[in-house]
Amino acid sequence: MAKILLEMKNITKTFPGVKALDNVNLQVEEGEIHALVGENGAGKSTLMNVLSGIYPYGTYEGDIIYNGQVCKFSTIKDSEKLGIVIIHQELALVPEMTIGENMYLGNECGHKYAINWNKTYSEADKYLKMVGLEESSKIQVKTIGTGKQQLVEIAKALAKQAKLLILDEPTSSLNEEDSRALLDLMLSFKKQGMTMIIISHKLNEVSYVADKITVIRDGTTIETIDNHGKEPVSEERIIKGMVGREITNRFPKREGVQVGDIEMEISHWTVHHPLYPERKVVDDVSMYVRKGEVVGIYGLMGAGRTELAMSIFGQSYGTNFSGELKLNGQHVKLRKSEADAIRHKIAYVTEDRKGNGLVLSQSIKVNTSLANLDAISSHTVIDGDKEYAVAEEYRDKLKIKTPSVEQLVGNLSGGNQQKVLLAKWMFAEPDILLLDEPTRGIDVGAKYEIYCIINDLAAAGKCVVLISSELPEVLGMSDRIYIMNEAKIVGEMKAEDATQENIMQVILRSGRGA
Amino acid sequence: MSESTKSSPNWKQNVSDFMQKYQVGAFFQKYTMTIALVVVTIIFASWSGKEGLILLPSNLTGLIAENAYVFVLASGMLLCILTGGNIDLSVGSVVCFTAAVGCTMMATGANMWLTVLVMLMIGLAIGTFQGFWIAKLRVPAFIATLSGMYAFRGFSNVVLNGYRVDISNETFLTLFGNGKSSFIPDIIRQANPGLDSVFTKDNAFLAGLIGDNYITKFNLTCMCIGIVAAIIFIVLRIRKILVQKKLNISQSIPGQIFSMVIISALVLWVSFKLACYRGFPMVLIWIGLVLGIYAYITTKTAIGRHLYAVGGNEKATALSGVKTRNVYWFAYANIGLLAGLAGILTAGRAKGIDPVYGEGYEMDAIAACFIGGASAYGGIGKVSGMIIGAILMGVINKGMIIVGVDANYQKVVKGIVLLVAVMFDVLSKRQKR
Repeated sequence: MAKILLEMKNITKTFPGVKALDNVNLQVEEGEIHALVGENGAGKSTLMNVLSGIYPYGTYEGDIIYNGQVCKFSTIKDSEKLGIVIIHQELALVPEMTIGENMYLGNECGHKYAINWNKTYSEADKYLKMVGLEESSKIQVKTIGTGKQQLVEIAKALAKQAKLLILDEPTSSLNEEDSRALLDLMLSFKKQGMTMIIISHKLNEVSYVADKITVIRDGTTIETIDNHGKEPVSEERIIKGMVGREITNRFPKREGVQVGDIEMEISHWTVHHPLYPERKVVDDVSMYVRKGEVVGIYGLMGAGRTELAMSIFGQSYGTNFSGELKLNGQHVKLRKSEADAIRHKIAYVTEDRKGNGLVLSQSIKVNTSLANLDAISSHTVIDGDKEYAVAEEYRDKLKIKTPSVEQLVGNLSGGNQQKVLLAKWMFAEPDILLLDEPTRGIDVGAKYEIYCIINDLAAAGKCVVLISSELPEVLGMSDRIYIMNEAKIVGEMKAEDATQENIMQVILRSGRGA
Repeated sequence: MSESTKSSPNWKQNVSDFMQKYQVGAFFQKYTMTIALVVVTIIFASWSGKEGLILLPSNLTGLIAENAYVFVLASGMLLCILTGGNIDLSVGSVVCFTAAVGCTMMATGANMWLTVLVMLMIGLAIGTFQGFWIAKLRVPAFIATLSGMYAFRGFSNVVLNGYRVDISNETFLTLFGNGKSSFIPDIIRQANPGLDSVFTKDNAFLAGLIGDNYITKFNLTCMCIGIVAAIIFIVLRIRKILVQKKLNISQSIPGQIFSMVIISALVLWVSFKLACYRGFPMVLIWIGLVLGIYAYITTKTAIGRHLYAVGGNEKATALSGVKTRNVYWFAYANIGLLAGLAGILTAGRAKGIDPVYGEGYEMDAIAACFIGGASAYGGIGKVSGMIIGAILMGVINKGMIIVGVDANYQKVVKGIVLLVAVMFDVLSKRQKR
C-alpha cells in the first residue's frame, strides 16, 4: 500500500448555529487522484478551506496530518509552503495583468522592492509548457479563453511547488473539450507522481479521473469508493451515496403529453457580436416551438445557444439583427427592449443567476415580483400585501426552502436561488420560457425538483426551450432536440431517435465543415 | 470540581439564551445609529456646566432650521446612492445657483410664487441635464456632477456679480425662513382668548407640567399638531400589524409596538419642546413633506423598487424589463429638483444669498446617507436611516458649538464620526456571513 500523504482526522467545524463538518475523516495516498463529491452545502469546500488554512488552526477540532506531521496552519501561506495548493472554483486572475504577473502575484520573484522580471517570465513560460499552453507568459490574461485561464491557474499552482493540488470544480466553466483536456492533464500529472484532490459535481468526470471517491453528506463522510476496478464506478452508485437513496429516475416522466400548435417560430435568425460586428454569433437559425412542448437545445459552450435565446428575448444580446419572429403565426417586430419581450409573453431565465438573474441584496419577495411589478401595483404604487401573498404562493409552489419570503436571496443555496429565479419568471406569466442552463451548479435533489417544474409548465401549455450543455439532461427532458454548433443549428431530432452518440456525431460532422 | 467553574458556563449559557430569545444582537445591529444618537445626546445634555442646554426649546428649534437643507438634499442623495453608490457632487453649487437666480428675480420685483416655481424648475432642469450625461452617455456620475459643481458655482458668481443679494419679500421669508414670523401661528389660542387665563403661572398644575418660563406663551396649535401626528402614526402602525397578522407575516410584534411607542413619544416630546418656544416652524412642514414623500417613493412605488434593484444588480434588472437608464435619469433629475427646494430654504433662512453659500452641502447630504446605513455599493439604504444620520450629524454640530469646541476641531470630529459609523456598518454586516 502506498504511503498516506494526507490524513484529516475527526475534523469538526462549527459556525454559529450550524455544524458544517462533523467528524470528517479523509485519507489521501501519495500519487493518487482523490475525488470529493457531495451535494451543495455538504461541506466539501469547508473541508478544503480547513485544509488550506483559510480557517486557521484552532477554529476547528481534529488533526491534519501531512507527510506524517501534525500541521497547524494559520494562513494559506503556511499550507502553500508545504506544497498544499488550492485552485478555487472561481478564477482568481487579474484580467488586465499578464499571465506571468498573475502567476507570481503575491509570490514575486526576486527582491520585494526589485522584482526580477526576466526570471518571472522565463519560469512562467516553463510552467505554461508543463500544462500544455503555447502562449507566451507576457500576454494579458483577458486575451485568452476561460479554458486556458483555468490552465494558467494550474500553472500558477505548479509554480508554487505544489505537491498536493486541490481543484475545486475545475471544469464548471469549461466546455466538454476543454474539460476532457484538463482531466487528461490531471492524469498525466498523476503519472509524474503528483497527488490531487478534485471536487466536482460532474460525476462522469469523477469516475473517469479518480482513484478513490469520498462522498460527503450533511457534513459527515459517508463512504470512500474505490475506483480501481475494471469498470468505472457508475454514476448511480455515487448518487446513491450522495443523496442517501437511489434515484432510479433522474428525470421525472411527463404524463399525457399534449403538444399543440406552433407558438413561436423564428426563421433566418442572424445575430452579430456586439463588439466585433463582423462576427456572427447566431447564423441563419430557423426553429419553432409548439405549445406544451419542451424543446432542448444542445451544443458545446460557445455554440451560440445563450446568444440565440437572449437575442429572441428583446434583442438583449448582439447587434445587426436580421430574421423573422412569429408568435402564434403572427409576424412580430420586436424592438430592442426586454420590456417589449415580456409584454409578448417571452421570458428568458439566465444561465448566470447571480450575475444576470437575481438581486442578491434584496429579499425573495422583491425578486419574485421584479419582472412583473405592474401585476401587484396600481398607478405604480405597490400593494405590499399582494406582493407578499404572491411570493408566498410561489414559495409553496416551487418548494423554496426558507424561513420567510423576507429572507435575502444572497443567503439562499444555489438550488433555492434558481427556484426564486424561476418563480420570478413564472410570475411574469410568459407563454414561452427560454431556460438557459436551469440546473447549473445545483445538487441532484434540487435538479429533480426543477425538472418537475419544467414538466408542470409544459403540461400547462407553455412552450419551454431548454438550453443545456448536459447531454443526459437534454435527452431526458426534451420532446424534440435542436443541436447547435458554431452559431448554426446543425441538427434536429425527436427525443425517441436521439442518443448521446448520434448527437455527438452530428456535432463532430458539422465541425469538420462539409 | 469547584462550585464556581460549574456555574460559570451556566451563567454564560443563560446570557446567550437571553440574547438569542430576544435577538439582542440583531437589535443592536439594526439600531446601532439610533443608539449612538441617544448616547451622543445624553453626553451633550449632561456636559458639565452646560447641562441640558442642547435640549432647550430654542436650541431644538434651531437644530431643525439649521439642518433643513441636509434632510432635503439627503433625500435626493439617497436615491442616487441606491442606484449603485453614485453621488451628486453638484448639489451645493446648484443650491447657490437657484437661490442666486431666485433672489435676483425677487430683487427686481418678480412675483414670489413665480420665483419659487422658477427656482424649482431650474433645479429640475439642471438635474435632468446632468442625468442625461450620466444615464444616456454613461459619463461616470462622479465626473459629471464634479463638472456641475464647478460650473454652477461659477454661474452663481456670474448671476450675483460677486455680491450678496438680500430678500425683502415678507411672504417668502415667512414661508421658507427662520425668523420670528416663520412659525405656524397659534390659531387655537387666538380663536379662544379665554385660554390666556388658563395658561398662567398661577395655574399650578399646568405650570408644573410645562414650566414657569414657557407657560404663558405655550403654543397649543403646535402641541395639537404633534398629538394628531402621533395618533395618525399609531393608527397606521396598528393597521399594519393587524394586516401582517392576517397574512401570517412573521414580524416581531412586540418590537413593532416598542418602536411605535418610542417614536410617538418622541413626536410628542419634540412638539412639546417646539410649543414652548415659538411653535411649529414652517420649514418643518417642508422637511416633513419631503421625508414623507421619499419614504413613500422608496418603499411603496415601482420606481423606488427599481432604484434598489438597479443598485443591487443592474444586469438582472435590465433583463427583467426595467429601463435602467431611465432609473438613473430619474434619480439625478430628482436630486436637481430637491436642490432647487434646498436653494429656496437656504435663501429663506439667510434672508438672501451670498456667492459662497451651499459649499459643502453635498458632503453633509452624502454623510447623512452613509451614517444612516446606505451601502456605498448601492441597493441598500432607507429614508428612516438617513433621517437618523442627519439628526446625528446635526446634534453633534450643535452640541459641539454649545460646549464650545473649536470650529476646526468640529470638522475633525465629524470626519471621525463618519468613519466610525461606516466601520460599524461594515463590521456588523461581515459578522453575519
